Amino acid sequence: MAKTILPYVISGISVGGQYALIAIGYTMVYGILRLINFAHGDVFMVAGLLMVYLAASLPLYVSIPLVILLTVLLGFTIERVAYRPLRTAPRMSVMISAIGVSYLLQNLALYITGGLNKNYPQIPWISDRVTVLGMETSRVTIITPFLTIVLVVLLVLLINHTKIGMAMRAVSLNFETSQLMGIRINNVISATFIIGTFLAAVGSMLFFTNYPGVVPTSGAMPGLKAFVAAVFGGIGSIPGAVIGAFIIGIAESLIKGLDTILIVHGTIAEQIGFATFSDAFTFILLIIVLVFKPTGLFGEKTTDKV
Amino acid sequence: MKKQNELPNSKQSSWVSFLLVLAFLALVFYLDQIIKPTNKMYMLMTVLQKGSVYALAAVSMNLLNGYTGLFSLGHAGFMLIGAYTYAIFTIPSSARDTVYQYFDAAIRFSFPEAFSNVMGPAGTALGVLVAVILAGLLAAFFAYLIGLPVLRLKSDYLAIATLGFAEIIRAVFQWQKLGPITNGSNLLKSFARTSKFKLEVGDTKLVLSTFVPVLIATVSIIIIVKLVNSTYGRAFKAIRDDEVAAEAMGINLARHKMISFTVSSFFAGVSGAMMAMVLSIAQASNFKSAMTYEILLMVVLGGIGSTSGSVIGSFLFVAASEWWLRGLDSGTFLGINAPGVFRNGFRLVVFSIIIMIVVLFFRKGIMGEREISDLFRSRKKKAKGAAQ
Amino acid sequence: MKKILAVALVLCLVLALAPMAFADNPVVKIGVFEPQSGDNGAGGKQEVLGMQYANTLTPTVEIDGVEYDVELVYADNASSNDKAPTAAQDLISNGVSLVLGSYGSGVSIAASDTFANAGVPAIGVTCTNPQVTADCEVYFRICFLDPFQGTVLANFAKSELGATKAYCLAKLGDDYSGGLCNFFIEAFGKDNCVYEQFPEGTSDFSTYITNAQNQGCDVFFSPVSTEAAAQIIAKADTQALGMPILAGDTWDSNVILNAAKGTDVRICVTTFYQEGADEEFDKGIKAWINSDATALANNGGNDELAAVTVMGYDAYYVALEALKAAGSTDPEDVLEAIPSLEVVGVTGNIAFDDIGDALRDSAFVKECNTETGVWDFVTVATVG
Repeated sequence: MAKTILPYVISGISVGGQYALIAIGYTMVYGILRLINFAHGDVFMVAGLLMVYLAASLPLYVSIPLVILLTVLLGFTIERVAYRPLRTAPRMSVMISAIGVSYLLQNLALYITGGLNKNYPQIPWISDRVTVLGMETSRVTIITPFLTIVLVVLLVLLINHTKIGMAMRAVSLNFETSQLMGIRINNVISATFIIGTFLAAVGSMLFFTNYPGVVPTSGAMPGLKAFVAAVFGGIGSIPGAVIGAFIIGIAESLIKGLDTILIVHGTIAEQIGFATFSDAFTFILLIIVLVFKPTGLFGEKTTDKV
Repeated sequence: MKKQNELPNSKQSSWVSFLLVLAFLALVFYLDQIIKPTNKMYMLMTVLQKGSVYALAAVSMNLLNGYTGLFSLGHAGFMLIGAYTYAIFTIPSSARDTVYQYFDAAIRFSFPEAFSNVMGPAGTALGVLVAVILAGLLAAFFAYLIGLPVLRLKSDYLAIATLGFAEIIRAVFQWQKLGPITNGSNLLKSFARTSKFKLEVGDTKLVLSTFVPVLIATVSIIIIVKLVNSTYGRAFKAIRDDEVAAEAMGINLARHKMISFTVSSFFAGVSGAMMAMVLSIAQASNFKSAMTYEILLMVVLGGIGSTSGSVIGSFLFVAASEWWLRGLDSGTFLGINAPGVFRNGFRLVVFSIIIMIVVLFFRKGIMGEREISDLFRSRKKKAKGAAQ
Repeated sequence: MKKILAVALVLCLVLALAPMAFADNPVVKIGVFEPQSGDNGAGGKQEVLGMQYANTLTPTVEIDGVEYDVELVYADNASSNDKAPTAAQDLISNGVSLVLGSYGSGVSIAASDTFANAGVPAIGVTCTNPQVTADCEVYFRICFLDPFQGTVLANFAKSELGATKAYCLAKLGDDYSGGLCNFFIEAFGKDNCVYEQFPEGTSDFSTYITNAQNQGCDVFFSPVSTEAAAQIIAKADTQALGMPILAGDTWDSNVILNAAKGTDVRICVTTFYQEGADEEFDKGIKAWINSDATALANNGGNDELAAVTVMGYDAYYVALEALKAAGSTDPEDVLEAIPSLEVVGVTGNIAFDDIGDALRDSAFVKECNTETGVWDFVTVATVG
């Protein structure tokens, strides 16, 4: 039994780690701006495409930092151009703007790639095959969760012990008051987007090394799932987002294998087709959380002010 | 004083708009007869057909997002329910086994067939109508079930929850185990579709391929407009503007939100059925969240909170993407021949840039919250002012 | 601003409708209804290559004593069933005499009604699902069908690969992979098959590979798009799949060869054409692909021939024969002429039965040579 389930759990942890890196971007932006940044998943996809095109002509040690730099620049620009002018507008307008940016990025990618699948370059060493606990897999699968945890610990340290981190906490607690206290809101928001997109760029490298095909819609599903992970963990909370992402990653992987697990275990005789629900399951989880515990696992309770 | 002045005016203008609608329908009917599919201008008919589908979808979404202020992103899911209901109940029994080629079809009933057996050709039309209404009712029923838990959620949580439900609906319809009903994830076809809609008068066959969808959309939109202008509509707007104040005024929030949600979904279901009959296929994989986003962008383009805006927005959107901007994809546009730039996908890039410009700089869209009738009225007033 | 926009839009409209430049010879238009983007974009481009090559060889056709220039008119169905009817309508409005395509069955099924409504005949090149021609008077095809291909593959898996339990993987909502899996299962035996479908946008195929391993299957049947194929092959390699992968005609593409080169995955496919069957043709088309940078890029960067390219080539000549036989460019006459056509193509003799399907009774089986990155011929399979 354990031997049957183990491969699913390991693959789930790896996917979860990649979701976690995207989810942090969602949760930080939402914590500060109360905005679902629908374009975040597409930024993740653009990072993948940038790597495809840059690695074709540059060596990896140049293209990797360049991809991260350009992605961060993209995230920064999106906030400047598409969200900042709407800061005083109703929340619906900003969300629509986010959907518009997502639409634009996907269509741009469609134009540039001609709508064709682009093969992600192999990053040596991390895409090698390794044997873990008698199971064959690629090294990136094993590395991802550890790298994710290291990055998250660094991020938490940054938020708790630096000046900009303190400013972020202040802004997410109360937007207007922190402005009155002399915090430069714009800088804090830009910093949030920079951190979020940086992690998305790292996440995209791990994700696409593991699943090496980039299409214009590659970012949509991982993006939505990462957002669900953020809500699941309690939006605004970084540890919550990370734990939510791991749970969703593992659950998704187990759902895909559930038919097989049950058949091998002898519970059912033939396929039921759970794999069809591998994406939908994430949303079922989301709706259960929203209905019964809208603040998520680690979210703080907020009260509405009239 | 002001009110007295407006009353006869609005009655007059409603007559004018009624006549305009009739004239428009007559024009569409006439175009249907003279433009054949092999004609170069047939793109106009495609735009009218698809445009009316999206116009209804956009208007019904606007009822929810624009008038009631409930930001829902589940439209594609309800359209899917409508499309499947319509398709399943209008497949003729002769074609059923070909369509359900891997399954043993469980539902072997077709409304147009059943009614035409009793009433002749008129029964076919009635059967189509019944199937369309059933499509709306089922979508509304599912909306009611979904609405019970999610309508309590606040703005963006509601958006993401409804988006999630649409994805769940899509997965359920694709499930292999439901194959005998939904044909699994395979497409449904051969059901009653617009290309087959013809009226036989004596020896002449009158084509109704464009007229029928336009007619259904027109009637549905008129019903929505009536609802918006009723006390319900005013209650919806009150909820949008300030929930707490609306509740204090004695508006039952839960009830009105539910009415708006189910009515909107009913018409989403109808537009889904129309989409099936226009495209002549129905398949769950087409009803992705991207479809909801596109409809939302049409609403934004036309102006959130304006019904005529949504109609204009969707026709512009469809015409631009299907027809006018096609040259951007195929090498030559506005007489400029640049295959290097004008290649596959450029149309959508230009299109999304236009939409971003609207979203950022013309936040009110084309119409803002005004309607076409308002434009006439203000012009009349201005003319009056000038005369005095 | 809004006025300017309105004027600009009207201008676009007028110019879009402006008549095209005049040519010396009269022109006959053949519609090319193929995916240029989306899941099947790469395959569609390869299929078009064959038509384009044939068009460079034979750019004119004599119809009823008059020399016509053949113009290929393209419409991208974007591998998407909801975009297919509009793309088809686009071709019809452009005044094509007949249509070739498409790669991928779903888009052909979706557009069949549009073609039927306009009375414009369509010749499917590699759409193998039975539903394409069933219930449609104007659709024909020159390829074999999935019930045939599924049986060939199942027989091959049993007798040549010695398989007793098969893992079948299809994409949700994809008529090609879903159909082929169904017919494979029918022929292989339902009790010995595990059938799973992955949702659109799936990039993690590792769990499906684990599923196949855990259920003790000994052949992995996944006739999915080449896009998913590349990922499946990569995962099969890192996870040491340990069973051969079997697929249909879509996998006969250099995308697969590139993905499989240097791995230790065994891949077998059924297809329409084996490179080397007609050396002169091979030499000619390779020279053409190498001389044209766009063609080379569309073929995936090398001159390895895909069977769909050859099928596209044959389809072009079938279209020319249909025009000649019809003696007119009117779609109605062409439609009447098609059923009685008999053409000798590079991929074999082409004739139609009374449904409009090609009379074909053999398929080539090839295996990927992972060292050299080319296809090795295995056998010619027929169903007795």
